[in-house]
Amino acid sequence: MVRLLQIEFIKLWNNRASKVLIISYFVLLTSIALIAAIKFDIGPVQFHLADQGIFNFPYIWHFNTFVTAIFKLFLAIVIVSMMANEYSNKTIKQNLIDGLSKKEFLLSKVLTVVSFALISTVFVFAVSLILGLIYSDYNELSIIFSDLEFLLAFFVKLVGFFSFCLFLGILVKRSAFALGFLILWTILEQVIFGLLGWKVMSWPAAKKVKDFFPLESMMNLIKEPGTRLSAVQNIGDQIGENLRFDYHTYWYEFLIVLFWTAVFIYLSYLLLKKRDL
Amino acid sequence: METILTVNHLTKKFGLLTAVSDLSFTIEKGNVYGILGPNGSGKSTTLGIILNVVNRTSGDFSWFDGSTSTHEALKKVGAIIERPNFYPYMTAIQNLKLVCKIKEVPSAKIEEKLKLVGLWDRKDSKFKTYSLGMKQRLAIASALLNDPEILILDEPTNGLDPQGIHQIREIIKTIAGQGTTILLASHLLDEVEKVCSHVVILRKGEKLYSGPVDGMMASHGFFELRSADMEKMKELLETHASFGKINSFNGTLTAYLKEEMDAESLNKMLYDKGIILSHLVKRKESLEEQFLSLTKNN
Repeated sequence: MVRLLQIEFIKLWNNRASKVLIISYFVLLTSIALIAAIKFDIGPVQFHLADQGIFNFPYIWHFNTFVTAIFKLFLAIVIVSMMANEYSNKTIKQNLIDGLSKKEFLLSKVLTVVSFALISTVFVFAVSLILGLIYSDYNELSIIFSDLEFLLAFFVKLVGFFSFCLFLGILVKRSAFALGFLILWTILEQVIFGLLGWKVMSWPAAKKVKDFFPLESMMNLIKEPGTRLSAVQNIGDQIGENLRFDYHTYWYEFLIVLFWTAVFIYLSYLLLKKRDL
Repeated sequence: METILTVNHLTKKFGLLTAVSDLSFTIEKGNVYGILGPNGSGKSTTLGIILNVVNRTSGDFSWFDGSTSTHEALKKVGAIIERPNFYPYMTAIQNLKLVCKIKEVPSAKIEEKLKLVGLWDRKDSKFKTYSLGMKQRLAIASALLNDPEILILDEPTNGLDPQGIHQIREIIKTIAGQGTTILLASHLLDEVEKVCSHVVILRKGEKLYSGPVDGMMASHGFFELRSADMEKMKELLETHASFGKINSFNGTLTAYLKEEMDAESLNKMLYDKGIILSHLVKRKESLEEQFLSLTKNN
């Protein structure tokens, strides 16, 4: 396993574009701390974002995992191109000739992807913990370590999304087209949802079906945290809108994403096995 | 003799086209094999199948004694297929280190192999800056990293300039001289003739011949002769039991042997009959002549 990771590491780390993107990604993850620095000081109006409760435990786990998940697009580019480049450079052929089995080849990619997700999760955990310790109003251990399921959701979300990227890379074999396909797929899920609700079934039923779509199910793992802030909820109460939604992640939502992850990895393996190079 | 590769009734179909049809042959340790055949005769497909990159339609093959999986066996094989494929953004050293990781061999041999192919000076240049000849030489260095039991080369001189071709041939000769088993696919017959001891001949995916180069045709070779009295010599040879066809062309007599005879005894015999030779050469048909007559007969 270490050998497979080392193989992939040599391929990635010597590629300047990948290296820059990976480093930028982790810098961006850290930069979420900069939100703390947002301060408006306009005469009588003083606004300090960090004081609005976004860094309160356990809310910070929710907020940070939601925001940092947006940066995953950087790694998506790296992952799609690390797969597609194997085809365009024909190095996949040479790897197999040199004695890597197709299973090992895929496994080295999957392990890399899981490592990316794991490192990101650890990173977000560390940054959030530090930010929380500095700004949170609550510092009891039991509160700090409550709601940690958001970190698990973050990890599963990344693994699922990256497996999808891997699969697209293998399927399309060209990085630019694979990324295009990814965007197309995102739109497609919404279009299907729209068509279902409009013509086939009721909107609530369509919403239920939509939760089973791959990208949508990944999105569902971490729901938007904005309306959970007490400041926002207070405004909601004033205008007569109940904004107290259900923010928790349920086991079946994990299951849907894990199911898609397995499907994408298995389909990648089938494609790899069936194709002549 | 130790068997390196056994191929049994291998068939590959691409849709309606049959690229390889019911092919069987074995590769023994220590020999230099050539796979011959015109373009599109299934050479590269056959190599692709035994190298795990092309799926077979039917039949099977086994490496060594057949007890290891193909990808494990390939770690003891060095192979270059058509174009050299490396990571363009990595240097020669980085690329070779990666190959060492895949083959699970220590990276200590990198220097030795790069020196063997004459690329040590350019070891830190990126692969994409190499010329085609250099890329091909790097591919050979990479294939040799594990001191392979067998080296497989598919059209190694394709697209190279005469100097490049010469360099690659010299390297192949050096390696063959070290006793490594080599399997060389080519449509360049003189290339194969220069290095190979055994051949497998393919045409349209079918095997026409496999065995030693000498045994390709039941032929004992021929003599090229010149002397002052050509007519008398011709009459004499026509009545001799050892000779078959006799041609006269450009003042030289070409006499084909029906049975083995060495040049010395022919010289002595003719001298005893009063014919003094000014030119005597004993030759075998070139591989090209043999190949053409073999593919024509079928």
